Amino acid sequence: MTALALSDVAGARGGEMLFAGVSLALGPGEAALVTGPNGAGKSTLVRICAGLLAPAMGTVRSEGRIALLAEAHALDPELPLARALDFWSALDGGGPQAVASALAAVELAPVAQLPVRLLSTGQRRRAAFARVIASDAPIWLLDEPANGLDAAAIARLEHLLAVHRAAGGIVLAATHLPIALPGAVPVEVGR
Amino acid sequence: MIAALLLRDVRRAWTGGGAVWPVAFFLLACVLFPFAVGPDAALLSRVGGGVVWTAALLAALLPIERLLAPDRDAGVLDQLAVRGASMSAVAAIKIAAHWCAFAPPLMAAALLAAGLLGVSGETLLRVEIGLAIGTPGLAALAVATAALVAGLRGAGALAGLLMLPLAVPLLIFGAGSLDGGSGALKLLAAISLLLCAGAPFVAGAALRMAD
Repeated sequence: MTALALSDVAGARGGEMLFAGVSLALGPGEAALVTGPNGAGKSTLVRICAGLLAPAMGTVRSEGRIALLAEAHALDPELPLARALDFWSALDGGGPQAVASALAAVELAPVAQLPVRLLSTGQRRRAAFARVIASDAPIWLLDEPANGLDAAAIARLEHLLAVHRAAGGIVLAATHLPIALPGAVPVEVGR
Repeated sequence: MIAALLLRDVRRAWTGGGAVWPVAFFLLACVLFPFAVGPDAALLSRVGGGVVWTAALLAALLPIERLLAPDRDAGVLDQLAVRGASMSAVAAIKIAAHWCAFAPPLMAAALLAAGLLGVSGETLLRVEIGLAIGTPGLAALAVATAALVAGLRGAGALAGLLMLPLAVPLLIFGAGSLDGGSGALKLLAAISLLLCAGAPFVAGAALRMAD
């Protein structure tokens, strides 16, 4: 069964303790919204959940594949968008079909053949989000998913998160912008 | 995952100029040498093999900054780690991809360099055999160095200081094999094998610690 559980997790960066005592248990369809001021450790918490950083204290347990939306888009800038996404989709066991429907979901289908370097900031953000959708992973870890998006794109994002949760997925989103995530567990990190 | 990553890295190296620039630099270094020591054909043909080896070593420094740092900064390594890839395995693939993009063009350019320096056919054959054995070690060393300096300021200069001393055994036994003894070739192969076996773990540990 899909699950993400944190027990008494503390995070540190450069030897300095950022937050401590974060406990969380998410099951299918549930979500957590991580908020806090700049530099409070939101991204650190996301990276700890993704297994990229070891927690300073506590344990993280996850069941199910993880898709990460990080600050960097990790798409080869010289490739057409669809091909750049195909690379990751192939690793995730999906095909061009998964990429095409993910691009349609984030409304980037018209620029699928444009090189990634020509996309705008908001389009790159949506392209990175398309990789999360195409990965078909049940656990979504999103670091500032609304950054660079306009109002319509944020509404689209909220809709996609709701669809993912309705299908039994888990969402953990760290954001300083307000996004609607009904019934999400609030996690406040800060000094 | 292995094949997809290997293909991507080889494609990026060839299309991004990573395969062309080191070769151009290698040929330039070989061409400069006669200007410095004079156009004495006998002298050039005698030292030509060693010049090719030295130039190959210097050319191997050129692509270091592009081997891992761009992938690290673009989040590619993070995305691979989330998918369960070990950083040592990623480094091993990077070594293989770097060799594919670096060694064949270099060995082809060595033919040209040997012609320019008037190196005999017999010596040229030994140079090519030596390069075939030594370049995997050179590629491994380059990737390990790239992992160690990724994200540091002045990474390029530091990479040279770090890599050249470690590459000295390759140079000694590579150039040593030109005299015809097979002992130097065996030692060259041993050093190259050692670097290929150890470098992925060094690079993997460096990439994990960089977080």
